[in-house]
Amino acid sequence: MVKRSDLFGWLAVSPLLLVLIPFFVVPFLVILAASFMESDGFGGMIQTFTLDNYIGVFRSRLTFDLYYETAKFAVITWAFATVIGFWVSYFLVFHVKNQLLAIGLFLLCTVPFWTSNIIRMISWIPLLGKEGLINQGLMGAGIIDQPLAFLLFSNFAVIVAYVHQLTIFMIVPIFNSLSKIDKSLIEAALDAGSSRFDILRYIVLPMAKSGIALGSIFVLSIVMGDFFVVKVMSGGGSASVVGALYEDVGVLQYPSAAASAVILTLIVVAVVFSILRVVDIRREIAR
Amino acid sequence: MSRSATAGTPRSGGRPWTFYVLLAVFILYVIGLYAPMISIYILSFQDVRGGLVFPMKGLSLHWFVDLFTQVRTGDVKGSFDRSIRLAVLVTVLTVVISFLAGMAFRRRYFGDTAVFYLMIGSLVVPGLVLGLGIGLTFNFLGMRPSWYTSALGAQLSCTLPFGVLIMFAVMSRFNTAWEEASRDLGASPLQTVWLVILPILLPGLVAVALFGFTLSYDEFARTLQTAGTLNTLPLEIWSMTLNVTSPALYALGTVTTIVSFVTIGLALGSIVMIQRRRAQRIKNEA
Repeated sequence: MVKRSDLFGWLAVSPLLLVLIPFFVVPFLVILAASFMESDGFGGMIQTFTLDNYIGVFRSRLTFDLYYETAKFAVITWAFATVIGFWVSYFLVFHVKNQLLAIGLFLLCTVPFWTSNIIRMISWIPLLGKEGLINQGLMGAGIIDQPLAFLLFSNFAVIVAYVHQLTIFMIVPIFNSLSKIDKSLIEAALDAGSSRFDILRYIVLPMAKSGIALGSIFVLSIVMGDFFVVKVMSGGGSASVVGALYEDVGVLQYPSAAASAVILTLIVVAVVFSILRVVDIRREIAR
Repeated sequence: MSRSATAGTPRSGGRPWTFYVLLAVFILYVIGLYAPMISIYILSFQDVRGGLVFPMKGLSLHWFVDLFTQVRTGDVKGSFDRSIRLAVLVTVLTVVISFLAGMAFRRRYFGDTAVFYLMIGSLVVPGLVLGLGIGLTFNFLGMRPSWYTSALGAQLSCTLPFGVLIMFAVMSRFNTAWEEASRDLGASPLQTVWLVILPILLPGLVAVALFGFTLSYDEFARTLQTAGTLNTLPLEIWSMTLNVTSPALYALGTVTTIVSFVTIGLALGSIVMIQRRRAQRIKNEA
């Protein structure tokens, strides 16, 4: 017996599945299959079953270095994005009294999200470069007499570019969670004699938790899956998991690329689902 | 700075010192957000002597002309054209499919949680991994990847989850009483959707369209392995960042940002217009 609500649900969701199955499920299964095959060395694959690709990935010292490097970037970026995102949202929700102004300032923060990531990344070149504005300014002010070389094409530049691109993913959900806090709750706490720090700790932070969780999903999964920021902004000094995978694809080593793709995807999915255990985003968004 | 003078001295009735600290944080954030972008827009208007850093050398449209006429900067015009077409296609499909999926998710149905997690998976999977998978799938099937088949699907795999998540937020503000009222007044289910639900959700659908268009127009990682032989604009920009060291790169940045800004303006403008017309109608009826 098919219930009517089930029938309608499946009917309405079927176009979505008609895209997700051929363009997400099947490709992942194909990668999974390819990761057990052998390369013929010319971009083709020999259809056998071998674990060599996985053994190769796990044996290589490089793999661990790459994951360490990527995890480092992910954690540092996440920390900056969370702190900046939280305080910017906090400012907009609790300190800007005019609702219309708050929404206007919020939009001001979100507009760059709708522009090209690559352009936003390269736009740091005229600021951070050896002859860039920051070095010019510091030298002009007499603070330094040699241009600071670490500003561009370094790990510093990578972090700057990530934080620049991804803080928005924290601001939107945190702003959304904080907006739902009933202002009279805070008034009541104030009247009952609690300090503003207590309010932050016992009301605002717990309410912000789901927004932070949602933002973390985006920030962590994007940094872990990125390669072009690291490639351009580190100037070749650093590598990333996906960057190495891309090199494998470049030399047509599909099976080993597929094996590391499977491992990376499993790790990203594990991270995301452990965050999802903390917060029910479906209820969170719909609330 | 003036805020240090007021630090620690909360004045009754005035703003607390934290206001000034957070105001400074906010202003610094906005400057950090916009200053780099604005500097490349300015630098793209240099003349032929121009370089990648300040100071400005001359003032002209040289690099914009260079961008669209020189062969060495690649096929900017063609890729621009393709990116716009692809983005329009993605936008239309994203709006329609996200709306339907949003309708489905209003009630529980068998397997809805599985579909939801499938969607989250599709959203968070590393873009290049997905692109590689789609490329290999096309390879196995003996099909040629192209921007209007494999790249279209690759981009939808990220715009659709985004669109459906926005629909969740939009639908949560939808009062089902309106729908019931329409049914009580004798409207067929199709009429209810077309005459009641769609008009009410219209601003939300515009937001979905904005996301669909801009995510597609700027999409890079998922498109890289799936676009086939003809580039989309972000792929063109990518190859330029690796080869071109002239302000032509900045000029391209300026052009593509103008397109993004026009899109954002159109979307936000139409949302404001819809809201205003609604307010007007309510006023007239009162």
